[in-house]
Amino acid sequence: MLKDQDRIFKNLYNDMGADVKSAQKRGDWVNTSELIAKGRDWIINEVKDSQLRGRGGAGFPTGLKWSFAPKEVGSRPHYLVINADESEPGTCKDRDILRFEPHKLIEGCLIASYAVQAHACYIYIRGEYFIEGQKLQSAIDEAYEKNLIGKNAAGTGWDLDIFIHYGAGAYICGEETALLESIEGKKGQPRLKPPFPALIGLYGCPTIINNVETIAVVPTILRRGGKWFSSLGREKNTGTKIFCISGNVNNPCNVEEEMNIPLKELIEVHAGGVIGGWENLQAVIPGGSSMPLIPKEKCETLTMDFDSLMAEKSGLGTAGIVVINKDQDIIKCMARIARFYKHESCGQCTPCREGSGWMWRMLERMAKGEATKDEVDMLGDVTNQIAGHTICAFGEGSSWPVQGLLRHFKKEIEERNNLDPIVQKKNNIPYLVDQHLLDKKNA
Amino acid sequence: MPKLKVNDIEVEVEDGLTVLQACEKAGAEIPRFCYHEKLSIAGNCRMCLVEMEKSPKPIASCAMPATEGMNIKTNTAFVEKARKGVMEFLLANHPLDCPVCDQGGECDLQDQSMFYGVDKSRFKENKRAVPEKNMGPLIKTQMTRCIHCTRCVRFATEVAGVSELGAIGRGEDMQITTYLEHSMQSELSANVIDLCPVGALTSKPYVFEARPWELKKTETVDVMDAVGSNVRVDTYDWEVKRVLPIINEDINEEWISDKTRYACDGLLNQRLDTPFIKYNGKFEKASWSEVFKIIKSKFENSSKDKVCGFVGDLTNMETGYIFKEFFDRTLNNINYDSRSDNRFLDNSERENYIFNSSINGIEDSDLIFLIGANPRYEATILNARIRKAFVNNNTKVISLNDVGDLTYPYKNLDGQTQTIKTIFEGSEEISKEIISASKPMIIIGESLLKLNSSEQLFNLIKNFLKKNNKFTDDWNPLNLLSCDAATVGNFDLGILNNEKNLLEELKSNKFEIVYLVGQDNLEFNKKDEFVIYQGSHGDKGAEIADIILPGSAYTEQDGYFTNLEGKMQKAYKASYPPGEAKEDWQIINELAEVMNNRKLFNDKEELESSMFNYLKLQKEKQITINEKQKISDFQNEKLNIQIKDYYFSNAIARSSKTMIECNNSKLNIKSTGTDG
Repeated sequence: MLKDQDRIFKNLYNDMGADVKSAQKRGDWVNTSELIAKGRDWIINEVKDSQLRGRGGAGFPTGLKWSFAPKEVGSRPHYLVINADESEPGTCKDRDILRFEPHKLIEGCLIASYAVQAHACYIYIRGEYFIEGQKLQSAIDEAYEKNLIGKNAAGTGWDLDIFIHYGAGAYICGEETALLESIEGKKGQPRLKPPFPALIGLYGCPTIINNVETIAVVPTILRRGGKWFSSLGREKNTGTKIFCISGNVNNPCNVEEEMNIPLKELIEVHAGGVIGGWENLQAVIPGGSSMPLIPKEKCETLTMDFDSLMAEKSGLGTAGIVVINKDQDIIKCMARIARFYKHESCGQCTPCREGSGWMWRMLERMAKGEATKDEVDMLGDVTNQIAGHTICAFGEGSSWPVQGLLRHFKKEIEERNNLDPIVQKKNNIPYLVDQHLLDKKNA
Repeated sequence: MPKLKVNDIEVEVEDGLTVLQACEKAGAEIPRFCYHEKLSIAGNCRMCLVEMEKSPKPIASCAMPATEGMNIKTNTAFVEKARKGVMEFLLANHPLDCPVCDQGGECDLQDQSMFYGVDKSRFKENKRAVPEKNMGPLIKTQMTRCIHCTRCVRFATEVAGVSELGAIGRGEDMQITTYLEHSMQSELSANVIDLCPVGALTSKPYVFEARPWELKKTETVDVMDAVGSNVRVDTYDWEVKRVLPIINEDINEEWISDKTRYACDGLLNQRLDTPFIKYNGKFEKASWSEVFKIIKSKFENSSKDKVCGFVGDLTNMETGYIFKEFFDRTLNNINYDSRSDNRFLDNSERENYIFNSSINGIEDSDLIFLIGANPRYEATILNARIRKAFVNNNTKVISLNDVGDLTYPYKNLDGQTQTIKTIFEGSEEISKEIISASKPMIIIGESLLKLNSSEQLFNLIKNFLKKNNKFTDDWNPLNLLSCDAATVGNFDLGILNNEKNLLEELKSNKFEIVYLVGQDNLEFNKKDEFVIYQGSHGDKGAEIADIILPGSAYTEQDGYFTNLEGKMQKAYKASYPPGEAKEDWQIINELAEVMNNRKLFNDKEELESSMFNYLKLQKEKQITINEKQKISDFQNEKLNIQIKDYYFSNAIARSSKTMIECNNSKLNIKSTGTDG
């Protein structure tokens, strides 16, 4: 259980007010200029020491990412882009930061901009977060008024302008390069990598892209020291994290907790337990809809951090925990998630464009029990043909939940779908081999 | 120069090349749909996946830069599985309508599915259906077949310079469209048909005409403009079914204009297939011997300086040469010309009438000044090259006139000849820019040469460039933009008369016999002249003729054409002339035989070698420059760019139904159903 003094987001539930004065009371903007006076290398080293990993889903070490920015500003300016396009189903942590702790984010922007030598920072907000965007805008206006950002921001000698850009409701624009395309006014489709945005990003300039939560924790890390942050959680999975618990729980909530906290504790203590009791639990999606689900047996002992979930072939993702109890039809749930991914695929590259719709339609039939026996393995084939063959990580994101379903609930699907295939398979031949060639060989 | 291994073969490639290019260098063929050498990299079809050492996922070879020490495998089971997986997805929603698809036989998807497709389908859902899109009279769409490679979109935005094609919707609902459901406002639009790897965009005029394997393919050159694009003419029996581009990096790269591609149906209409004689205002069929006899008697009964001849805009050089020989040797007369307007031409030096910087040179140039030219309509392919230079090097373009959208931005001046004068007298800002540019290009259009003070201006421009040392060993900034395929060839052959103004004399009806070879553009009121028209199409020239000699079009005879850069290229015979029509050189040769009992040339070979001899001599002979410059007083004029109607610029295009449709679609004429 996280101690109160180690809490970073003290106003997560808006008990203390989100305006700049209340924020300063909580310790924001207190000695920003002193932190910056310690220099770029100190900031990056401190963040590296803290072992902070990106909170957007992929968990890339933040200090390392910052160090990819060119050391000297060349002919092109550097940019800092904040990814607030929080669209992952089951996730709503950035939203509370935007509306209740905006000054943590703005201060983080100033420090991060200084660290990567950017004078302009863009915050890309999901279009549906209109009110949150307005709240953030008023916080930015406050900060400008108090001269905390702008020319000679907070007395640091660094100039910084922050701009808000609203998205138009596309999940894929949360992918960092699609986000850049969207800011540039183009269709939100991910770019090819390499080149990586740290060298060629927004408008062809070096760009560092970070999640809201990642940036918002930076000022506190610098104030209390990287050592303090890394003392929380466990090696390589340090610090605190906002967990969003939703689904079949009595008390869905956002809660800041230490990394490596047991899943059962999160659900039982913070979320008021599973509806119908722990025994009624069927499965948990641990990190937003794109992460493979985890069945009840494993939930008993599971701890929530990047590496331990990886060991379970799932992932921490955005830490959006979706609890599914036994009242739900798990196949139907996954079909709904597949439909979401079918709807949000950008359509740029083939496997995801064609595969996501295929997966959804198959799952819908499986939920109704209209599929044949052989289709269960075929669904697995299709997910494998998508994952790893696409431009961006959306391919994985759309196929992992289905793979998770197949991994843990294959029996359920097979029980429900026991129709015989129209064409009977004679021998067990892998599909992607020309059957007629094999026939000849056997003849 | 990074070194890498492809299937254990070590290759060294230039910097900036991709893994796909490195693989090709190593002899490993990579399947692809979205990748195209001339377009930007999209990397979205995922067909070109290869295995790279140390990478857990297969990589898209078209998008990955080749770097030192890479170890690429293209023939492993891992790669095969990845590609088969992608192919399955591509085929999942692709209709199985190859038997009724025009792309059949030349379809990338069909070919590659032979290697990577699986013979049974696992896809049990309904296939996606996409409504057809209206893309004008040239492009037939069947968007259900689209595999979203976005080649067409990239072509339209990058090469054609019109952002009128794009994708709307996302995911599996993504659709390629022109947004507003009209034809693309580009003269290069039909190239998307060649680019489309499947049958989503096919040729509308060619729809269900033939299968590619039934066609005889002849590689030849195009005559619709002076660029001389290299094309492949596909014929089925006598008919020319379609014209496709072939790659020539020096001229048309991989593109051809819509006119080049689609005027070919004009080769089937309005053809002259038998000799005609006009009796009482009506044409009647005749035999070759009859018409030759009449022509002979006409020539014998009129004095030789009452005879004149004009060569047209589509005639090949052999025809031009034998025509000249016919006048020189048989008629003893030099009343012939290839110009149909009062255009200034100083043919003492070849550089005075060709595009000296060359089409490739456009990409090296740093300043392009257009005077009296609208390259978009006069030389579409050349305009695409200027756009390429603009996109790649941000080349500055200035035009004297505001000529509308050229697909790249340019600075336009007031269009007065006084402006040209002040610029090339060196007193303007632009003069300094031209002087400071290392490789400037001055592109002079035909419109300038038709002005009253054209001679003065031309010499002024040339002298200014000379004076400022812009003529170097590897750069010639003077460029004349001719519009017609035969222009430069005819000038090379000296088919012009600078001593007399034949056109003025023709207009004042001084001649008794006028011999037109494919010349349809003369403007004169016919009185008592006896007009002999030799040509392929019943066009303006045939209308005024008294005798018609049916000739051949460019696809029906071998013949040389010199393009605007002065490159001589041979057009090959793909088909044969219709009915009794003959090849043009043959007609003149036989006419000479009738008149003198002696052929001018024994055969085509003799004609060719004689022509080359003449051209060689011409090159060596320094024509003495006659210094009688008629210095008329310079007067300011408005330079109006007269471009012929783009889709009707020559006899073949005028006979083409497709060109009429194109013209109508640009004019936004709606067909009412009562228009016949």
